[in-house]
Amino acid sequence: MLKDITLGQYFPGNSPVHRLDPRTKLLLLIAYIVALFTASNWLTYGVVFAFLAVGITLSAIPLKSFVHGMKPLVFILVFTGILNLFFTTGEKLLVHFWIIHIYWEGIVRALFMMSRILMLLCGTFLLTYTTSPISLTDGLESLLSPLKKIHLPVHELSMMMCIALRFIPTLIEETDKIMSAQKARGADFESGNLVQRVKALIPILVPLFISAFRRADELATAMECRCYQGGDGRTKMKLLRYKLRDYKAFLLGALLLTVVFVLRGFGL
Amino acid sequence: MAPILQVQNLQHIYSIGTPFEHIALENVSFSVERGEFIGIIGHTGSGKSTLIQHLNGLLKPTDGKVLLDGQDIWSDKALARACRFRVGLVFQYPEYQLFEETVYKDIAFGPKNMGLKPEEIDRRVRQAADFVGILPEQLEVSPFDLSGGQKRRVAIAGVIAMEPEVLILDEPTAGLDPEGREEILRNIEDYRKAKNATVMMVSHSMSDVARLTDRLLVMNGAHLAMDGTPAEVFGNAEELLEMGLDIPEITEVFLHLRRMGLDVPQVYTVDQAVQVLAGLKGGNANA
Repeated sequence: MLKDITLGQYFPGNSPVHRLDPRTKLLLLIAYIVALFTASNWLTYGVVFAFLAVGITLSAIPLKSFVHGMKPLVFILVFTGILNLFFTTGEKLLVHFWIIHIYWEGIVRALFMMSRILMLLCGTFLLTYTTSPISLTDGLESLLSPLKKIHLPVHELSMMMCIALRFIPTLIEETDKIMSAQKARGADFESGNLVQRVKALIPILVPLFISAFRRADELATAMECRCYQGGDGRTKMKLLRYKLRDYKAFLLGALLLTVVFVLRGFGL
Repeated sequence: MAPILQVQNLQHIYSIGTPFEHIALENVSFSVERGEFIGIIGHTGSGKSTLIQHLNGLLKPTDGKVLLDGQDIWSDKALARACRFRVGLVFQYPEYQLFEETVYKDIAFGPKNMGLKPEEIDRRVRQAADFVGILPEQLEVSPFDLSGGQKRRVAIAGVIAMEPEVLILDEPTAGLDPEGREEILRNIEDYRKAKNATVMMVSHSMSDVARLTDRLLVMNGAHLAMDGTPAEVFGNAEELLEMGLDIPEITEVFLHLRRMGLDVPQVYTVDQAVQVLAGLKGGNANA
């Protein structure tokens, strides 16, 4: 069922990671990604992995959820692995067959690339699993607010993101309902060739688009009725404030970056 | 003749094996005869919608069977699909599922999927439109230009055009004005009489089901709580109120009269009430 899509779903909880300020988590994620892309050997990868492992352990989110979230992205993972495996050249030739050359360096590189993607995904999942969409957009808005000076509509952008995230489950539910209704009229989505299958989507997409526009219209009216007029002079019910645990987390992030940079600087 | 639909020990559990596991139906059994008009009542989340989606094979039971004409609809895949044409299901707010350019094409969607000949499709579309009071000249307009009530009737025609032996409707009158409601209920009754079809209707309007149906199924907490004629079901007014369900307003009025010490029988339609009151009046005049 469509409802089972869990990609980036928020798991409510009260772990130390959940309680961190969303801005802290966003900044830490950026630091983590920088460290991950700086890392170039097993040692530095190990350091970055240790950081991730600490995060996942503290978040108390079952590993199963990470594995489950990874499923739709297996293709990209495998594709990257294969690409690196076949197209990296080096010195130690292991397999030579027709136009296929596999070097020892290729295997190493494929493993590095795949673990990099895996760790990248796990890091982002850790953020979205432990942060509700609302506090995430709140954090983003607050982090980007300096850009208001150059007339970037930061508030509007974060509001759009918030609304988009909010309506994903609603639209999934709606799609489910429309599919059932068209199936009840004998629509068939499971058989036929590609053209027939694409055509079979029309009875779902048309009502879905219409309802999405209708919802957008209703939402706009409802917001206007409550005098929404953008971000100017708007106050927040939940003000974001850094606490002690945020500073501790920053320290950990700084440590990660320093260690990775130093190790890399020494060429280790 | 054998019952058209038989439901045996139906059970449905959503998201089985996950933390979100939720029992929607438990041990539900009943059978439906040809030509019956059945009302299904129950408060939100009692399993009504889940139940009706089993009757045309949209949902597969986690346990138990649904028999159509004595045959298990899940015994083979083709049968499950064919059964959608024999058991027509109109969802809640069906007007949101319209998608074609013209009313005609939208009504023809179901019959087309059945693989009928063009002449037969044409006959069915026109007849279905006639059943729901859509004028022939309206067949060529876009369904999105119609009013809400008309859209609803086009959507119902889209299911009626498949000429199902069992027509199931999930709250067909929700959100319509009284006149539109009456009209749709009359259309449904017309179809039932013309085709000797079975109709099952989920409704929250107790006076509608009391007036129209021969039999009521009461769902409560995933179970079939009551199964009987409206007289039998509304006879258990206390029990219904406990389930968070209403009784027809007129039944309530008479219940009050009884509590006030007046010797009146239990009624559940306005017509009955009028008869009873007329009888009382006559009696008093004689006294």
